[in-house]
Amino acid sequence: MAKELWKGNEAIAEAAIRAGCDCFFGYPITPQSEVPEYMSVHLPKAGGVFVQSESEVAAINMVYGAAGAGMRAMTSSSSPGISLKQEGITYLAAAELPCVIVNVMRGGPGLGTIQPGQGDYFQATRGGGNGDYRTVVLAPSDVQETADFVQEAFDIADQYRNPVVVLADGLIGQMMEPIEWRPVPKRQLPPKTWAANGKKGRDHTNVINSLFLNPEECDDLNQRLAAKYAEIEKNEIRWDTAFCDDAEVLITAYGTPARIALTALDVLREQGIRAGLFRPVTLWPFPERALRETASKPHVKVILDVEMSSTGQMLDDVRLAVEGRKPIRYLGHAGGIMPTAEEMIEAAKTALKEAQ
Amino acid sequence: MTAAEIFTHRLTIITGHYGTGKTELAVNLALALAGEGARVALADLDNVNPYFRSRERRALLAEAGIRLIATSQACTDADIPSVPAELLAVLEDRTLRGVLDIGGDPVGARVLARFQPQIVREDYQLLCVLNANRPEVRTAESAAVCLRSIEATTGLTCSALVNNTHLCGETTPEDVRRGAALTEAVSRGTGIPILCHTAETRLLPALSDLKEPVFPISIRMKKPWE
Repeated sequence: MAKELWKGNEAIAEAAIRAGCDCFFGYPITPQSEVPEYMSVHLPKAGGVFVQSESEVAAINMVYGAAGAGMRAMTSSSSPGISLKQEGITYLAAAELPCVIVNVMRGGPGLGTIQPGQGDYFQATRGGGNGDYRTVVLAPSDVQETADFVQEAFDIADQYRNPVVVLADGLIGQMMEPIEWRPVPKRQLPPKTWAANGKKGRDHTNVINSLFLNPEECDDLNQRLAAKYAEIEKNEIRWDTAFCDDAEVLITAYGTPARIALTALDVLREQGIRAGLFRPVTLWPFPERALRETASKPHVKVILDVEMSSTGQMLDDVRLAVEGRKPIRYLGHAGGIMPTAEEMIEAAKTALKEAQ
Repeated sequence: MTAAEIFTHRLTIITGHYGTGKTELAVNLALALAGEGARVALADLDNVNPYFRSRERRALLAEAGIRLIATSQACTDADIPSVPAELLAVLEDRTLRGVLDIGGDPVGARVLARFQPQIVREDYQLLCVLNANRPEVRTAESAAVCLRSIEATTGLTCSALVNNTHLCGETTPEDVRRGAALTEAVSRGTGIPILCHTAETRLLPALSDLKEPVFPISIRMKKPWE
């Protein structure tokens, strides 16, 4: 199919419609407002339901209700709005409800800035709500991947009965890129026999619930969830690499910084510096073993983690994966400033010099 | 042809659907007019998009002697859809060539409505930018609906069409030709003439046979890795 020009946020909405999203509940916030805007026009035409809720909290709880009734449900927001949804997300995880949550991140903390950020890594991968739960986190680095991942996210959510987060940054949401609507892998999904959508002659009533007053019952739920998360870790880990075969300095980055890193790599290679990129595509489950194996190669002298975060968040996962085998340096900006290719080139050179 | 020969009116108002490439055209046009010796002001009136606005090219425009009229950075980052009072300068100072970069769709064009009484007194041209690679306006019907809605919102009449069909760095001459066919169809359906096509400089040799002039574009609104 011929390529078309899509804005990231529009592609998110169109991808959801193509994936059979039944219901979208959202609230405007820059830089993701084109998602609900596009949905409001196009989802009803596709037979779905669009609701602009009175708040982010309302939106995520509408997702809970719709997902509980077996609908393909979705919400999207940007960082401060996603913070408001955390209670709903832990309820969804506890009730084992599939749904898709898109976060087009902006700079934080607090209300922060409307320019791009990546400061929600911990929130997305550690569970920003209470209790022991995980959400699958897919991190696209261009508009094509964004369109693909949003479609796949619905299947992943249904397969595991778990919320799936698509974590993009503001630049990906706002930029225009040529993409094609290519088929994404479809999964064999079991019927939603658990959905609370009317008794329909069943011998039992389906109940959607996240309150387990009996501690044994709550422990059972937690054991079941832990087993499910182990299964996801076994099946769903994704990553991408560039020039890793002989890299002396290994850049780790996701989203927009990974895109900028590719430009930095070209320049570094031209200057005779063997630099490579390891890009986690699922942030949870994190490609821990793959990164450990790559970092352990004798030619890798140093690792440079780059994020749109002041302190580094994925940096923790990089450290856990590398287990002290190699030195790790960090380059980061927050507050809506993106690290430049020039900064990455400088930082990579410095890191390599220090490591030698 | 020079920019001034293609864009013959004092005020060039650039409207169209989201993502058709209005800002790239506005920045290129302002630079070309300034290069030809005109006193140019570029008004960034896009209060819809939070990123990729012509005001991001402030330094480049200043270097070319172009006056940039935009809301203050404070308003921009507070996400306040304000309109700079300085806009009146470009409407009233008849020695200035004005390029007005308008936000996408009727929503973005609404900013023009309050200035309609001043604009109609001036020598202006309201352009509608088309891009056949944008899915929501790739048919003559949908493009014409967008155009008529912009006219209805602004109270201004569209004077001419610009074929700005591109696919970012992947644009081929075929894209421009597909856009030319779309623009032709919109022109037939609406009776609005075609002003020009646009194309990156590298594509110009392959497009010399097009009936209307081709305005050359150098990509100025780059992504951070470009």
